[in-house]
Amino acid sequence: MQIYRGHVLVCAGTGCVASGSRNVQAEMEKQLEAFNLDKEIKLVETGCHGFCEMGPIVIVYPEGIFYCRVQPEDVKEIVEEHLLKGRPVKRLLFKNQITEEMVPHYKDIDFYKKQNRIVLGNCGFINPENIKEYIARDGYEALAKALTQMTPEQVIEEIKAAGLRGRGGGGFPTGLKWEFARKAPGDKKYVICNADEGDPCAFMDRSILEGDPHALIEGMAIAAYAIGSDEGYIYVRAEYPLAIKRLKIAIAQAHELGLLGEDIFGSGFNFKLNIKEGAGAFVCGEETALIASIEGRRGEPRVRPPFPANKGLWGKPSNVNNVETFANVPRIIARGSQWFADMGTEKSKGTKVFALTGKVKNTGLAEVTMGITLREIIYDIGGGIIDDKKYKAVQIGGPSGGCIPEELLDLPIDYDSLISAGAMMGSGGLVVMDEDTCMVELARFFLNFTQMESCGKCTPCREGTKIMLDILERITKGEGKEGDIELLQSLAETIKSTSLCGLGQTAPNPVLSTLRYFRDEYEAHIKDKRCPAGACTALASYRILEDKCIGCTSCARVCPAKAISGEVKKPHKIDPAKCIKCGACIETCKFNAIVKQ
Amino acid sequence: MEKCNCRNSQLSAILARYTGQEGALFNVLQDAQELYGYLPEEVLVSISNHLGRPFSEVYSVVSFYAHFRTQPRGHNLIRVCTGTVCHIMGALQILARISQELGISMGGTTRDGAFTLGSLPCFGACSHAPVIMVNDDLYGRVTPGRVPEILAKYSCREALTTSS
Ligand SMILES: Cc1cc2nc3c(=O)[nH]c(=O)nc-3n(C[C@H](O)[C@H](O)[C@H](O)COP(=O)(O)O)c2cc1C
Repeated sequence: MQIYRGHVLVCAGTGCVASGSRNVQAEMEKQLEAFNLDKEIKLVETGCHGFCEMGPIVIVYPEGIFYCRVQPEDVKEIVEEHLLKGRPVKRLLFKNQITEEMVPHYKDIDFYKKQNRIVLGNCGFINPENIKEYIARDGYEALAKALTQMTPEQVIEEIKAAGLRGRGGGGFPTGLKWEFARKAPGDKKYVICNADEGDPCAFMDRSILEGDPHALIEGMAIAAYAIGSDEGYIYVRAEYPLAIKRLKIAIAQAHELGLLGEDIFGSGFNFKLNIKEGAGAFVCGEETALIASIEGRRGEPRVRPPFPANKGLWGKPSNVNNVETFANVPRIIARGSQWFADMGTEKSKGTKVFALTGKVKNTGLAEVTMGITLREIIYDIGGGIIDDKKYKAVQIGGPSGGCIPEELLDLPIDYDSLISAGAMMGSGGLVVMDEDTCMVELARFFLNFTQMESCGKCTPCREGTKIMLDILERITKGEGKEGDIELLQSLAETIKSTSLCGLGQTAPNPVLSTLRYFRDEYEAHIKDKRCPAGACTALASYRILEDKCIGCTSCARVCPAKAISGEVKKPHKIDPAKCIKCGACIETCKFNAIVKQ
Repeated sequence: MEKCNCRNSQLSAILARYTGQEGALFNVLQDAQELYGYLPEEVLVSISNHLGRPFSEVYSVVSFYAHFRTQPRGHNLIRVCTGTVCHIMGALQILARISQELGISMGGTTRDGAFTLGSLPCFGACSHAPVIMVNDDLYGRVTPGRVPEILAKYSCREALTTSS
């Protein structure tokens, strides 16, 4: 085997690819060859490191030097200075936002310091397209242990004792679910992985699929052994082409080594995995809808019971779990339930991966121990609010979740504390909002989403969300009426308690939680026809400040509606009748002479 | 027209491949769309006849999933991300600007067939919000002011010469 003196890791996760990591990788390959280093330094394409804000990310080992926002033109310098002469390139290091100090090592960067990377432990460190790198990090040892030293019942007991709960949103105890499927009568059973990840702005599952696909495969194989199944399906959103490609490679490699297929580890256990691509319907993330979709039908949810554990895919007992749930399984089996149960809060064990996005300085994926506070996530890991604006709220759990205001930032987060705060864990999306976000408009946005994604099977969800959306649209346009808030509340309660599936049952949450914490904003829209955040376009007007405008004419030139007029070197004016409120003028004005009110 | 015949024989091959399999309809639709670029009515009719399923059932599956299209698409596909972060970072202003530049609204196609405007379900490029995608090219941290410059890269001339 070839021994290398160093490794260069280039992130090939979707975030970094979006900021150009493919070109960086190509250039690196070229430069390593040009300097004759390709036999000494190994170039590795990895999955996501989670710090997408700073992409493209390049890490150099053995030192563990972390370079961020690397561009192809920087590559030569890294090769020449660092790899050849041993001098890290200072200007490409991460800079601490407060102290402005350079932070060369990745584990010293604030973004990573408070994290506890277990599920994401391999992401960014191994080449996901090479099964041997997973095996070198003890991959498939847990499967070997389960198959050769444990009975299926013992595996289930271990998962139960660990206290693992479903990471797909509901938080149902995983071991218990497996037990139902094991006890269900039937000789053909299925294990299904829900990789539909439909919540906007949640991308933790994608990161696992792209960065450590074997952890999912191993977790599914262990689950199959536990419930007595020999076949599995991974239902992946079609929007994740890279994840699908890597999964296919991983399944093929596992087959080649006999880690999937027949008589795995000589134990007599067989397991076969299929991939099913979604076709762009959010509701297919609901487990009964997902099953209908695999069967090739409209992905409409159905009434439960019977639960999939008894009557699932093709009518057979089936067990559905989320990607992150499965990825926890090999770690629990390998290290023992006690190790896992020692982490977290009383009722929520282990870690959770959050996608931290919105108006925070450091965006990306953060895996933290359950029980951490939102303040720690947003300020310590996230580095605080962009431009040091005022924090307003964080939306947790996407369209089925709720918002958390400033006064609850010190709440230790787990499944149950979030529910009592009117939000929910959901898939783990955390969208941070500052004073410029209007909470009524945000509620309208989410209702618009759920209303469009409602499958239409049950009336409360189909009609109810539409009526709620109509009311919210009126309010944000300044056409709200006395009584609208009460009507929203009563509709919300009815929809929650009478809808068929989780989509309808949780759709009103964003409205209820914004009403709970930001009722004054609704009232300002309804009574004063005013948007306190200045975000609702219909209620906003643009104005040029005469004392600041120098008459440079640049706004008049960019205005697509020709709504700005004035003489050169004299203050300009906006004609409100023509203004389409697109904001192009504010964007071009160099003198801060245009305000939105 | 020649092309059409050849496609029809490819459609027969797709139908033959999946016939009798469980969940065949969905797979046939996916492959057929790849072949034609969209799902024209006559194709749906022949799928319905061939699989022996009522047309209403075929259509109900097509209309359910966002990925299935029954209208041809313009030569360039512009998609504006509709995720939460892009929304709070100003996606609507960008959409408005694109609509204005091209004279079409969401879901529409320009008369010369050069552009179709659609939405992009969030795929997690949130660190670059707001994002838009033109064909396979991703543009991050877009502002309304950058829209004309981005669109100019995909000129109509190119659209007419390369579409066939
Ligand atoms: C509308 C709707 C969408 C859902 N989307 C997802 C999803 O994208 N991914 C997921 O894992 N679970 C999703 N769920 C939850 C699943 O129904 C199911 O509870 C979950 O996959 C079970 O896995 P777990 O126990 O490992 O969490 C969704 C539920 C609803 C009602």
